[in-house]
Amino acid sequence: MREMISMVVVLTVLSAVSGGLLAAIKTGTNERIENQVLKFQKAPAIKLILSDVDNDPLHDRFKLTDQEQEIIFFTGKKDNKPVSVAFEGKGKGYGGDIGVMVAINLKSDDIAGVSVTTHSETPGVGSRAKDNPDFVSQFAGLSLNDATFAVKDSGGDINAMSGATITSKGVCIAVKQAQDIYQRLKPEILKQIKQLAN
Amino acid sequence: MAQSMAKEFTKGLWAEIPLFRLVLGLCPALAVTKSVENGIGMGIATTFVLVCSNLLVSLLRNVIPSKVRIACYIVIIATFVTVVELLMQAFAYPLFLKLGIFIPLIVVNCIVLGRAEAFAGKNPPLLAVADGLGMGIGFTLALTALSAVRECLGAGTILGAQVLGQSYQPFTFIIEAPGAFVGLGLMLCLMNLIGKK
Repeated sequence: MREMISMVVVLTVLSAVSGGLLAAIKTGTNERIENQVLKFQKAPAIKLILSDVDNDPLHDRFKLTDQEQEIIFFTGKKDNKPVSVAFEGKGKGYGGDIGVMVAINLKSDDIAGVSVTTHSETPGVGSRAKDNPDFVSQFAGLSLNDATFAVKDSGGDINAMSGATITSKGVCIAVKQAQDIYQRLKPEILKQIKQLAN
Repeated sequence: MAQSMAKEFTKGLWAEIPLFRLVLGLCPALAVTKSVENGIGMGIATTFVLVCSNLLVSLLRNVIPSKVRIACYIVIIATFVTVVELLMQAFAYPLFLKLGIFIPLIVVNCIVLGRAEAFAGKNPPLLAVADGLGMGIGFTLALTALSAVRECLGAGTILGAQVLGQSYQPFTFIIEAPGAFVGLGLMLCLMNLIGKK
């Protein structure tokens, strides 16, 4: 009986201490990790699609909550006026979630550019979505108000990459998600951007 | 004491070098040794976990009931692995992206649990730390050696710097997964040849 109790006590105390320690370290490193993720994952994609802005979109960012999910928005400014906003949508690809950064022109609601941030697609096949700009460049210029973000097989406007249909669909789903988010949150987004400008 | 500490430390470097003599920790060894940078990063992460878990297991060796010792060891090891994972994300994010899933998988690395069970659970803290440090550095050396061979032949570079000249045609097979097995096999063979004398 004594042995039984000591087993339970030792294991419980050990787990509790380790849980507490990890929580402390997690809190301590949280902000740094967030910055690192922004710097190494999002920044290259944002630079690619917000190329004609003269501010640092990473700096002019804000967060909104949509359906219990926190989304970070990056504002692109030209001559100190906000012209575009970029944020990330996610879609299921062949090897897991594909993160797609979508930049939107605030005036026209057109897509300014699309770029893949994170993916685990097959190298050389699905990974072309990130490495080869031909596929994602199809999205640029399409309007969020009337374009259908799906591959042509499913009745959409996008030509799939040959041999990588599932990845192509995943990217489309991610852009579609971004479209939905934008349509739901547009008033909020505009309000936040206005606050940033002041 | 100092003598036995030195003995425990040095055995991991040659006589019981984990990868080549004990043939433990093969999963990360095969998977991450595509480049020297990855090899060293993985080695350092494993060394940190080994030293910390050995120390803690050794300190708690009289408290932990023998029936649940493996569970306790795993909790301790998993904690330190998560610490490494968080720290690496915060301070060496590009390396974290390259090593990816193999960082959390240090939890199930046989070397770490093996040293806790075979050594740290029965010996005083200082000896356990010496053992963990030796084993960790030995593992790092072995990973570095294997990854140096693979990166050099497979890409013509070491730590990203050209070593075999521009005209070298990379032998990409050695960078792929089967090349890892062949490379490791040849190095084991070499170690056995040397050990025979």
